[in-house]
Amino acid sequence: MRFIPNTNKQREEMLREVGVNSVSELFKDIPKDVLIKSLNLPKGLSEIELKNELRKLGENNKITTSFLGAGAYNHFVPSVVSHIIGRSEFYTAYTPYQPEISQGILQAVYEYQTMICNLTGMDVANASMYDGASALAESCIMAVNITHRNEIIVPETIHPEYGQVVRTYCNAHGFKIVDIKCDNGCSCLDEIRNKVTDKTAAVLIQSPNFFGCVEDLKEIEKIVHDKGAIFVVAVIEPTSLGILCSPGGCGADIFVGEGQSFGNAVNFGGPYLGIMAAKEKYMRHLPGRIVGATVDSEGKKGYLLTLQAREQHIRREKASSNICSNEALCALAATVYLATLGKNLKRLAELNLQKAHYLAGKLKEAGFGLVYDKTFYNEFAVNVKDAKKVYKKLLKKGFVAGYLLDKDSLLLCVTEMNTREEMDELAGVLRN
Amino acid sequence: MQLIFEKSKEGRIGSELPNLDVPKKDNLIPNGFLRNELNLPEVDEVTIIRHYTALSRRNFGVDNGFYPLGSCTMKYNPKVNEDIARLEGFALLHPYSPHNQGALQLMYELNEMLCEITGMNKFTLQPAAGAHGELTGLMIIKKYFEDKKEKRNIIITPDSSHGTNPASSTMCGFTTITVHSNEKGQVNIEELKKELTKDVAAIMLTIPNTLGIFEEQILEITKLVHDNGSLVYMDGANMNALLGIAKPADFGVDVLHLNLHKTFSTPHGCGGPGAGPVGVKEFLKEYLPIPIVEKTNENYKLNYKNKKSIGKVKAFYGNFGIMVRAYSYIKSIGADGLKAVAENAVLNANYMKEKLKKYFKLPYDWLCKHEFVLSDEGMPNDVTTTDIAKRLLDYGFHPPTIYFPLIVHGAIMIEPNETESKETMDSFIETMIKIKDEANSDPEIVKTAPHTTVVKRLDAVKAARELNLRHK
Repeated sequence: MRFIPNTNKQREEMLREVGVNSVSELFKDIPKDVLIKSLNLPKGLSEIELKNELRKLGENNKITTSFLGAGAYNHFVPSVVSHIIGRSEFYTAYTPYQPEISQGILQAVYEYQTMICNLTGMDVANASMYDGASALAESCIMAVNITHRNEIIVPETIHPEYGQVVRTYCNAHGFKIVDIKCDNGCSCLDEIRNKVTDKTAAVLIQSPNFFGCVEDLKEIEKIVHDKGAIFVVAVIEPTSLGILCSPGGCGADIFVGEGQSFGNAVNFGGPYLGIMAAKEKYMRHLPGRIVGATVDSEGKKGYLLTLQAREQHIRREKASSNICSNEALCALAATVYLATLGKNLKRLAELNLQKAHYLAGKLKEAGFGLVYDKTFYNEFAVNVKDAKKVYKKLLKKGFVAGYLLDKDSLLLCVTEMNTREEMDELAGVLRN
Repeated sequence: MQLIFEKSKEGRIGSELPNLDVPKKDNLIPNGFLRNELNLPEVDEVTIIRHYTALSRRNFGVDNGFYPLGSCTMKYNPKVNEDIARLEGFALLHPYSPHNQGALQLMYELNEMLCEITGMNKFTLQPAAGAHGELTGLMIIKKYFEDKKEKRNIIITPDSSHGTNPASSTMCGFTTITVHSNEKGQVNIEELKKELTKDVAAIMLTIPNTLGIFEEQILEITKLVHDNGSLVYMDGANMNALLGIAKPADFGVDVLHLNLHKTFSTPHGCGGPGAGPVGVKEFLKEYLPIPIVEKTNENYKLNYKNKKSIGKVKAFYGNFGIMVRAYSYIKSIGADGLKAVAENAVLNANYMKEKLKKYFKLPYDWLCKHEFVLSDEGMPNDVTTTDIAKRLLDYGFHPPTIYFPLIVHGAIMIEPNETESKETMDSFIETMIKIKDEANSDPEIVKTAPHTTVVKRLDAVKAARELNLRHK
């Protein structure tokens, strides 16, 4: 086997050193009844055979023109990103437990934490979470620990998969979920006013929300803080932060994000990047790794994992979370991406905004109105009668026409990757 | 080294974007929603590449050298798997794309392979890491007992368990009780019997445990637990030692998680992404997170109709890119290869143990599986485990896992795994002996190590007291 270097001769020498005659003796501590002879799996493949087989499997997933968003966004990934995360000093390393030989990733994560704080207007960011949805669920645990209250407010404008993850975590903890209806594409403000009480631990708001609409964060913030609850803002399409007001600037206490848009491919749903950040006063409640700057024994600047007293390997059952592995390499991709985009993130966001509005205008001309009359960024819901049938028709023409919202509407997303021709064609096929 | 922000110069750009190809509209976003600053660095592409390349050279991965980090299974990550995961059909596939048959087939077949390897009946591939898998497994156990209307709120873990085990248990609303290890480094069965009350939902066992020792009385333990109406959870992080040798399902395990980023060779990426699939026995299948991939006569499909399901622990289906690498690995090495992995990993560990125990204290001196744990007791001139670890850096090795498990004084946990040659291990062994000699003859050089790294020992107390968590 090509990944095992020792020869039979070496193995014999080693067995002698151990004082046994055969490899099977090394397993004599396992009850005989459970030892197996072999696994019922095929023989190993050569690299040529493997590549051929996997290439065929990959080709069964046809990549076509797509207007899909809904939590995973097709953005341009500059070549520098894959070349940096493809350096094996990064991708074959473990968590930086030995800081002296891990300064590379530690400094990169320190830069990442800085970029995230600058973008979101928060004070402290952690080194990453599994994805946006699980980070949102962890924010509920944080809020309950901070407030010692038990209710989590979850509007139906939150991505349904995020809502499910929040419910799953909250069920395990015994937290109560309070729903908020959607009112013309946004969370119903009146209902929030009625339902936020002194039992509310957190109010979760996604903006732009699942339907693409931008929520009035500043207005909601007043209601949330008036009752002493924690305001959690989730951004699942973070390129929007290139033009939209930072959540910290809108009064968020905890920021949760999905960082896939920052230099990570859509990968059929993962690996993605859970972004999590908070205001300074809640810092010690943050789950996960956090990198800090310090000095070495000669006074030279260096970086290490800090605030570890919150973590599972020290605190065991008293830890702020059980998270151990995270998505460090995806955070590195986001760091390189944001360094590459720099101030151009604003221009990128404008491309998304303008193009999405162009398609929305074209569809309107073709007789397909928007479901909601609200401010949106790069995603919007459009009225299409018998949406499933239309979706199938478009699929045959080579388009994935977004996400089927319900029987009479589609959720469409436009990024910098979609061209005017594609949009004109989509509108044309729809009209006919 | 300077930060990327310190290399920023007004007017530099690292990317060029196409011009807008549609007519521009004004005032699409109300003023109150707009941001007025964007504080990101301004750097050109050359500076970016040199900066992050320089950072990569300040990092140490498996490709740089021996990485015997116990319980982390830092094996070689085959390059072909990286190329395959980047194929367009996998990397550019949207999770809601209807053109998903290849991806679903891969997930279905990976699930079947993991079932064959462990003997479990069905897996969920959704959890993103080992600890995430633990949480998922415990949620399944919790829901199972809720449905049976049994109030069981205790999880038992041995003192040699991973730190994530009790933390996951708390996150799931359970109370954790610890049972101690006996003189053989295995679960103390008499103590376990006393703790096995009607409130116990499950025992969480790491097999082989974190001392690298197999629980010889595993069948007795699982019987005791089952007779009490409780379930057995296995932390399968150390499955590398059992591939093709024995199946956890046959031990009496009801729920287990695997770490694709350990046993199945997917790279650790400086701490992630990983994947922590959870396998269950037939009677718990309905509790798995949704969706589960199913095979019908015509195609593969995602089934969301699991009524008893705990729900979801992650958006979409899990870390698919990691699944592709693990699938490709299992296909590469096949049944015989998997068995060879376990045999060589265990032989390597026992070889190193026998060589090193002549020089270092080995508190649990038995046959080991994938790893073994030395102690710093008896080191000359009060040289500690940290000192040894830091001195190893000077000799070009990644140190073993240190100070874990807690039941060994100054633990040095060594896991060589199957992808290391005898020459590499011999060179590490010689270095360890040399460090012990230095501890005798020149203890200062060990206590002030490392000497050759880009930074010396870092001040962790200062870092925690004067928090500096971002560049201002």
